[in-house]
Amino acid sequence: MTAPPAGPEVGTRNPVVRLRHNKVELALHELRAGEGRPLLLLHGLGERAPREVPAAVAGWPGPVHALDFTGHGESTVPAGGGYTCEVLMGDVDAAIAHLGPVTVLGRGLGAYVALLIAGARPEHVRGAILCDGPGLAGGGPDPGSPTVVRLDRTVPTPPDPFALLELARDVRPPDYATSFARQATHLSGLTTPISVCALGRPAWLEAVVGEPGVETADLEQALGLHASN
Amino acid sequence: MPAADAPSPEPHADEPLPTFPGAHRPDRTRTVDVGGLRLAVHEWGDEGARPLLLAHGGFDFAGTFDVFAPLLADEGWRVVSWDQRGHGDSQHAPLYSWDADVRDALDVLDTVTHDPVPVIGHSKGGGLMLQLAESAPHRVSHLVNLDGLPSRRRHPDVADRERTRLLAGELTAWLDHRRSAAAAERKPGTLDELARRRARMNPRLPIEWLRYLVPIGARRDPDGWRWKIDPALRFGGFGPWRPEWSLLRMPGLGVPMLGVLGLEPEDMGWGTTPDDVVPFLPPGARFVPMEGTGHFVHIERPHEVAELVLELLS
Repeated sequence: MTAPPAGPEVGTRNPVVRLRHNKVELALHELRAGEGRPLLLLHGLGERAPREVPAAVAGWPGPVHALDFTGHGESTVPAGGGYTCEVLMGDVDAAIAHLGPVTVLGRGLGAYVALLIAGARPEHVRGAILCDGPGLAGGGPDPGSPTVVRLDRTVPTPPDPFALLELARDVRPPDYATSFARQATHLSGLTTPISVCALGRPAWLEAVVGEPGVETADLEQALGLHASN
Repeated sequence: MPAADAPSPEPHADEPLPTFPGAHRPDRTRTVDVGGLRLAVHEWGDEGARPLLLAHGGFDFAGTFDVFAPLLADEGWRVVSWDQRGHGDSQHAPLYSWDADVRDALDVLDTVTHDPVPVIGHSKGGGLMLQLAESAPHRVSHLVNLDGLPSRRRHPDVADRERTRLLAGELTAWLDHRRSAAAAERKPGTLDELARRRARMNPRLPIEWLRYLVPIGARRDPDGWRWKIDPALRFGGFGPWRPEWSLLRMPGLGVPMLGVLGLEPEDMGWGTTPDDVVPFLPPGARFVPMEGTGHFVHIERPHEVAELVLELLS
C-alpha cells in the first residue's frame, strides 16, 4: 500500500478524501459541502457510506460527511482480520483529525463506535446520535463460548468477511459502555452529549440510556439539539 | 560492558554474534500464510517426533525459547513455535486482536497435525492456549501455562470519577498513538543499547541473555539495530475484556494441566497470586508456585520448568 495524494478526488461522484489509519487507507466521503460543524455518518456492520445525504438528516445545517470503516466500502480490506470496535474508533479519530470537531451519527455497529469516540474525544465530538442498524448488539455482554472460525478467502470483498464475523461477536459489557457515556458527560462540557434514537436495546445500550447526559429522542429532535450545541 | 551512556562499537558483519550457554537456534524455520498474512514458524527437534505447540508472550518472539525449547526437543519432542503477528519475523499486521492470535495459532497447528497435541504458553501465550483449549478441545492433549494465569485483580478501588479520568488518559494516549503509528519507527541503537533497553522490562534476566536476543529479535539497519516488533503495538491499553473471563476458562479444562507461577512481582507479569488461581484449577491439575522467580520462569529456571513439563507429558 502506498500513500495516495492528499486532497479530494474530483469526479462525477462525491469528493472522497483518503485518510491514513496506521496501515489502512480510509475513504471519507463528502456528501454535502457547507459551512459550520460537520455531521459525520458512521455506517452499520457490512454497510458502506451512503452515496447521498439520507433524507432523514437533510435538515442538518452544516456539511455532511460519511466514513467507510476499515474493511468496508472504499476503505482497505486488510489481510488476516483482527477487528475490534476500538480500532474502528481509531478510524473515526482519523476523520476527526481531518474534519475537526463533528457531530457523529452512527447506525448499528456505527452507533456503538459513535459512543466510544464520544467518550474518548469528548472535546471533539459535539454530540453523538445512536441509531438502529446492523451490528447494534455485537456479541452481547459477555464472551459466550469461544470458537475459532476460518474463512473462505475467495468471497468477494468488501465488506471483509473477517469484519462481519469478528464485529458481530465482540463483547460489549454494559459497564464498559457506560464508562464511555460518563466520560462524554464529564468531559465534553455538553449537558446532553448523547442522543439515543435506536429502538433496539441490547444490554450495552439499555445501560447507556440510564446514564446522566443521555437522552432518548427521535432523529429530528436529536439533530436539532446537537446542531445548536 | 561499556558505561551506560557511552556508545559501544558495533560488531562488524563478520564478527561473531553473541552466544548464550545452552541456547540453540531452531532447527527449521518456515512461513505459514494466515488469511493473507505471513507468519514465521520455528521448530526444534526431529521432524518425525511427537509435536507440541509453544506460544510466546506479548512483545516476545519464538527465539526467547532458544534455551527452553531444545530441552524438550532433546527428550524426543518436535517443538513448534511461531512469531505472533507483528512480532519477530512475522509480518506486521494491519489489525491485531486476541481472537486473531488464537486463530493464527490454529492455522499454524494445521500445518503440523490435526491430532491433539500438548500446548504450552508463556504469559499472553498461556492465555491464548487456554482459549484454544476451550474452543478446540479436540486439538489439545495437555495444557501448560507458564506465568500466564489470569487474576481477577482490576484497578485498585477508586472513585467513579477518578476511574473516568484514568480511562480518559489511556484513551487519549492510545488514539494519539494511532494517529502517529503509520510513520512510527522503533528507535535504533547499538546491540548493547537494545539489550539494556530490554533489561528495563526484563530486569531479572542476565544481560548476556538479552544481548543474545538482539540479533534474533532485532534487525540491523544502516543506522543501527531496531527491534523488529511492529511499532504500532504498544503496552497497556483498555478494552472490554475482564481477567475473570480468562480465569473462568480453567475449571472446565478436560485435559491434564500444569500451571507454573513465578512469585516475584514484575512489571511484565500479571500480579497473580496462588490464592487467585488455586480455587479455579481443574480437577487433577498440577500447580507449581516458584519462589525467587519472576515472570520469565522458563528463562530463569529452564531445566526445572522443562522437567515439570516432561513429567506432565510422560
